[in-house]
Amino acid sequence: MQFLKRTENWNITYEHALGETASWFYTKIRDDAEIYGRRCPESGRVLVPPRAFSDQTLAPTTDWVKVGPEGVIEAFTIVYDAFKNLPPPPYAFGYVMLEGADTAIGGYFKGVDLGDPAAAARKLAIGTRVTTRFAKERKGDVLDFWFETV
Amino acid sequence: MKAPRVGIIGIGQSDYKSRRDDANYPELVREAVALALKDCQRSLEDMEAVVYSLAPDALLGIGNAERLGVDAVGARNKRFMRINTGGSTGISSVAAAHSHIAAGACDIVLVAGADKVGECGDSQTIMNKIWDPIYERSLPLGTITMLAMSALRYMHKYGMTQEDMARVIVKNRAHAALNPRAHLRKETTIEEVMSSRMISWPIKLFDCCPQSSGGCAMVLASEEYIRANNLEAVWITGLAHSSESYYLGDRMGRGYTADHADAHALGESFQRSYKMAGIADPVRQVDVAELYAPFSNTEFHAIEAAGLAPIGRSPQMLKDGEYFKLGGRLPVNPSGGTVCSNPIAVTAMVRVAEAALQVWGRAGAHQVQGAKVAIASGNGGDHQFFGTMVVEA
Repeated sequence: MQFLKRTENWNITYEHALGETASWFYTKIRDDAEIYGRRCPESGRVLVPPRAFSDQTLAPTTDWVKVGPEGVIEAFTIVYDAFKNLPPPPYAFGYVMLEGADTAIGGYFKGVDLGDPAAAARKLAIGTRVTTRFAKERKGDVLDFWFETV
Repeated sequence: MKAPRVGIIGIGQSDYKSRRDDANYPELVREAVALALKDCQRSLEDMEAVVYSLAPDALLGIGNAERLGVDAVGARNKRFMRINTGGSTGISSVAAAHSHIAAGACDIVLVAGADKVGECGDSQTIMNKIWDPIYERSLPLGTITMLAMSALRYMHKYGMTQEDMARVIVKNRAHAALNPRAHLRKETTIEEVMSSRMISWPIKLFDCCPQSSGGCAMVLASEEYIRANNLEAVWITGLAHSSESYYLGDRMGRGYTADHADAHALGESFQRSYKMAGIADPVRQVDVAELYAPFSNTEFHAIEAAGLAPIGRSPQMLKDGEYFKLGGRLPVNPSGGTVCSNPIAVTAMVRVAEAALQVWGRAGAHQVQGAKVAIASGNGGDHQFFGTMVVEA
């Protein structure tokens, strides 16, 4: 007997509200190409991306603080394998602590030749200085900016 | 707090494979349940409650598939709940079953589940959906890339190499070759791991777990029930969970409380379990460990979180050859572990089941001789769900 199979597909649409804090953050990125974090009044830490409350003190954050455009790489990876519904490889992305921030924000790394994995990994080593580049056309998303080595 | 003792009396595992086209989802759950019931000579009618182990719905492609499984586990007219804590779902399910008994609500509880990851062609698409749609999901984050970044930070802090990572796979594949239920049972070499194709630097194909189909079930009972029925048992003497905060980027930078390189909250979870079990010195008191590690590098931070090695030292200890192998000191993942079999919904239950089989002396060819104290762990989400247990003879 042949065991039969059935192909099924989920394609579901959502419209997520970003809330007040993220809406302000993305409006500044979209309109002014500037990245801001939120300061925790208890610890003084600047959270980027901004959160309405601190992950550590749990207190509501208060003032906006402009950060970047330069920063240092805190984590990265370079993807060489294709995953369905994710970008075609190779690509590099990871996390950068921008100047004035205490936490790291995710983004793509561009402008590095990814042909040789080991050589590319050396160029993106943790601690490497990068700067933020913004797209000309911005819509208010983390893909509006990326990082390039200085 | 002194909780009543809870024992494990029955264990059932299917073989773990790429696909099980001969069995649909509830049939696969039933297969594991039947094995666990046979193991303790009980019937479905004897079970007072059922805890159902089921990870994110989208992996299986069936919404709330515990509904579909309700008859496979015989839960009609019984206490019935589903647990989902991502990768640690299985150990969280055992913890929930334990709670039913420790609370005095039930004397005998079935915990069961299965997964058919091999039927899902888009697992990293689904894993991308665990990230928030506001700040993170536009990036191609997945479990592989998330843990590749953890590997990079661990390398940066402690000097781990890709060869060190490969050594975990060589060890665990050699263990899996002795475990007839394991999915990847072919032994390998450092050279073979190193030459496998790059997936997400520094993780290569052979550093990754397989996508497995299979089921696991366990029967837990109160000490009173076990004594009254003259049953064989091993005992859950410690159990705990711990969580880290949400954002990956908060585990780096300045002033963080946990580094993404490590598994800080897994360490907290182990400390809680050890305290409950009265374990003060795990290196001396633990005989064998089944630690959830779906990628080679994560076994190192699990070993260190379990207190079996100083932070940052486990790669060198594995390289030196004395530790973590079957036949050596402190064997880790004698079953082959998660890198050799990963039926996600039950993977962390398999860790508890294998720990139990070890202290029971029933692990077969991958038995650690004389093991009396075993530990198990499960990791879920991006560091949010760390479950741990101590199982003793």
